[in-house]
Amino acid sequence: MKRIATTLVVLGLTAGAALAEVTPNDVAYVDGAIADSLTGVAGNAEKGREILTSKSLGNCVACHAAEAYEDISFHGEIGPMLDGVGSRWEEAEVRGIVANAKMTFEGTIMPAFYKTNGYIRPGDAYTGKAATGDLPPLLSAQQIEDVVAYLMTLKDE
Amino acid sequence: MKTKLLSTVLGTAALSALVFAAPVLADEEAELIVNGELEIVTKTAAPAHLSDSLDEILSGWRFRSDGTQTMQMDDFDNPGMLGAEVGLDQFETSMGSEGKACADCHNGPESLSSVRATYPKWNEGAGEVRTIQMQINDCLTTQMGAEPEKYDSAAMLNFEAMLAVAARGTPINVAIDGPAQSTWEQGKEMYYTRFGQLELSCANCHEDNYGNMIRADHLSQGQINGFPTYRLKNTKLNGSHSRFKGCIRDTRAETFNPGSPEFVALELYVASRGNGLSVEGPSVRN
Repeated sequence: MKRIATTLVVLGLTAGAALAEVTPNDVAYVDGAIADSLTGVAGNAEKGREILTSKSLGNCVACHAAEAYEDISFHGEIGPMLDGVGSRWEEAEVRGIVANAKMTFEGTIMPAFYKTNGYIRPGDAYTGKAATGDLPPLLSAQQIEDVVAYLMTLKDE
Repeated sequence: MKTKLLSTVLGTAALSALVFAAPVLADEEAELIVNGELEIVTKTAAPAHLSDSLDEILSGWRFRSDGTQTMQMDDFDNPGMLGAEVGLDQFETSMGSEGKACADCHNGPESLSSVRATYPKWNEGAGEVRTIQMQINDCLTTQMGAEPEKYDSAAMLNFEAMLAVAARGTPINVAIDGPAQSTWEQGKEMYYTRFGQLELSCANCHEDNYGNMIRADHLSQGQINGFPTYRLKNTKLNGSHSRFKGCIRDTRAETFNPGSPEFVALELYVASRGNGLSVEGPSVRN
């Protein structure tokens, strides 16, 4: 009985593998980098720019400035400027940093955007109330891919 | 003619829009003198316990825009002073079943001029570290037979504003050793704990990144020598615990409540990071 159940689970996994997203708990970091796409669907750089510069989405602009999106007001100065980031880093490294920068830079202030647990007093978004169970990641797998796609267009001239 | 007038108007409108769009940078080198005579220390050497992390400590006043800074330089321009006046009225009003006012035991707020700079403070009889508000509630309930006030209520903050004015210009000097030490240690641990889904500690922003912009906000050292604080954002006096609550909430964490033991400990620790800065409440902030 137990063996049948295991077999079914394995079959299910194999069948879903081509399309399934890599869940936050299953991401494989190698020296902080994530080699493969989290979704198998190419990122959309235009959407990535929107996510990166919107307060309600990634809000990366709160901490990172760049001439590439100078049309957006109030760039933060907590993290490094993002111009040329696509020349300085490989795509796998950028994906790893966006998903969980602490895997690349130990102790960095940068929040992990693709993580659902392991927090101290996790809250239910900005309500101040306790979370119930695992949290949704700050960005979805495809949103991570979109941001990575946009960042990779920011090449040194 | 009409066209030219219109374009001038449009030009002016565009210019105003620009002015509002650009972050207003603070003059971090400005000096605070209230009413042209009372010198306030807004920058000084860090206390010894911070020697590994900071060389100097800076009041939040230094990080605010010129306009906000100016409001605090004259008591007639400082909206927080209205709260201090109401606080004095409360001080002289009989409350509770004993028919007593604060003023019946305390000889004017001047007699309490050492309070703001030295709280939170160990209370030997109670065997705990007490904030000013805890002490006021003790007076209200055990001496005056009155109901306790809610933590960070308007009435509490009016009392705090009155006590801050009585102590204004004196250096913050909270004790961190002796019986208060374990509470201080608890507060210190909280200060460096990375709360919530954003995994941010107080130190991430206010020790490692003060002076930097986070979006349109100019990060200060998070000093609390200016509390209670009149915020232009909500046009009222604000208590430090309510501010802590908002900060921890904004890390996407389950926050703590004003008056909780955790925030009492955090207040003692954060206050101690400002040992040497002047009491400057009620301050004006954005």
